[in-house]
Amino acid sequence: MTLLTRRNALKLGLASGLAMAAASTAQAQLNITVEGANFQPLPIAIPDFASSDPSFGRETAEIVRANLRRSGLFLPLDPASLPVQVGDVNATPDFNTWRTANVTALVMGAVDRGGQIASSVRVWDTRQGSQVVGKSYNTDPNSSRRVAHIISDAIYEALAGGSGYFDTRVVYVAESGPKANRVKRLAIMDQDGANPQYLTDGRTLALTPRISSNNDLVTYMNFEDGNPQVYLLQLSSGRQQRLASLGAMTFAPRFSPDGGTVAFSVEQGGATNIYSVGTGGGQPVQLTSGAAIDTGPSYSPDGSRIVFESDRGGSPQIYMMSSGGGNPQRISYGQGSYSTPVWAPKGDLIAFTRQSGGQFNIGIMNPDGSGERMLYSSFHAEGPTWAPNGRVIMFFQDPGGNDGPKLQSVDIWGRNLQTIPTESYASDPAWSALRS
Amino acid sequence: MLSLAPITTALRAAAMLLFVVAIAACSRTPDNAMMTGVGNLGPGGGAPGSQQEFLVSVGDRVFFETDSSSLTTEAAATLDKQAAWLNQYSNYRIMIEGHADERGTREYNIALGARRASVVVNYLVSRGVNGQRITSKSFGKERPVAICNDISCWSQNRRAVTVVQ
Repeated sequence: MTLLTRRNALKLGLASGLAMAAASTAQAQLNITVEGANFQPLPIAIPDFASSDPSFGRETAEIVRANLRRSGLFLPLDPASLPVQVGDVNATPDFNTWRTANVTALVMGAVDRGGQIASSVRVWDTRQGSQVVGKSYNTDPNSSRRVAHIISDAIYEALAGGSGYFDTRVVYVAESGPKANRVKRLAIMDQDGANPQYLTDGRTLALTPRISSNNDLVTYMNFEDGNPQVYLLQLSSGRQQRLASLGAMTFAPRFSPDGGTVAFSVEQGGATNIYSVGTGGGQPVQLTSGAAIDTGPSYSPDGSRIVFESDRGGSPQIYMMSSGGGNPQRISYGQGSYSTPVWAPKGDLIAFTRQSGGQFNIGIMNPDGSGERMLYSSFHAEGPTWAPNGRVIMFFQDPGGNDGPKLQSVDIWGRNLQTIPTESYASDPAWSALRS
Repeated sequence: MLSLAPITTALRAAAMLLFVVAIAACSRTPDNAMMTGVGNLGPGGGAPGSQQEFLVSVGDRVFFETDSSSLTTEAAATLDKQAAWLNQYSNYRIMIEGHADERGTREYNIALGARRASVVVNYLVSRGVNGQRITSKSFGKERPVAICNDISCWSQNRRAVTVVQ
């Protein structure tokens, strides 16, 4: 039960292979380090990948290094400083050489383009002189960046635990033009900002996209019909259509975990309530009632509950109810107002936007409202979305004035604030599941 | 229907679209050029019964307090004038646009803009304007008129605009 493998030791970021007692102390530090100020990212050596096309091998390694660096949990060493410049997956490394260079975690990879892209990777523990993980993949020849992301996920999972999140995409709103008449269109990109593609043409405002768990459906609000209406867009076919025709304004759509249902807001005569409807059609079901603004629904991962925001008590606050509707219970009680609740993929946390004291905050809390923690605070930030492993949150931050928003990420320990590069202003990120 | 165009090409398309949108917007929003009166509009705000008169002499918009959709005394007075004018010139259709300032989240502000528009619609109907003439729409915080980082701008953006068509 308490057996400590070297893999665990690497997870702890230990600098040396010490005796059991010391390692146990370090394991106790795992939680402390991750939660607290003493956390140190794990140094890791990743020479360029071996390849018959050396530039491809170098690019692949560089994407892997960049992914791991941006996770905040790893510190990839300068490849020029390493005793070996190009990896070799077929031989056992000379551990002494690496130990002398003070390298504990070592990644050796190879990648080659044929009919498919063949790649392989081994992660070594040089102190222990053992392999932590070894994997090989054959992938589509047109997805060279994906190969690097898949390898990054394998390394992350082996050393940091949990699942990775690099082989994912983000749907977002690309914004351009002056603020009073800004063009807002849907776009999709890899999680690191690469390969952006537009999904809508910008003729009409398109906002608040969400992507289904099978990564093929996007639901969003579209001003095409005058008032905003909820639309469904299928990525594989490009087809899109209005989701439900309730006549009134519909907005704020979110998929159920199985992707078969969308919960959304319906406005009628100034009152906004939450409904749900099957993605295949059918009769919408009303889940909340009354004159308040009820919006921003988010399903629990097991589909049994919905968390949402409502100003039924005065200011916007977060409430919880059964996914069939009825009897909402307020869970947010801090100062200010709360909105955009989003359930974490594992169900353990809820991310939200909180306005307080003239600032916007991105925070997390337990599903019963306890344990609230603020992860980021600024003049304006909103719209959190979870990485599929539940450790990183992306949101958008806006400096105000004539400037526009950009996408940022922070981890659930409040560390490692990163900006995701986009070619234009960007808002409303929605993180996909791991690709299959 | 769906084009996955490379983003640089699409950005150029977006710039062209923006140009079109800007022209369209000028034709129906009050700006300084229109307010000063050029062409055949008389000084002081347009011919009786004209859209220009509505803009200048009646006032096309009312403002709200932060996160509120209650009508202030001033807003109610403006809507009284609007109702009187609209009842006199009953050939116009009316679109009420509800807006919010940028100090709220996107979806909540869509709902808040709709609630403000709804309050204005109800008030105009209570003053005798035929509800069949009125439609409403919310832009949330997506279409601000004043751009800055302080209260002077935000108060101008918390508005409901009566567009006569």
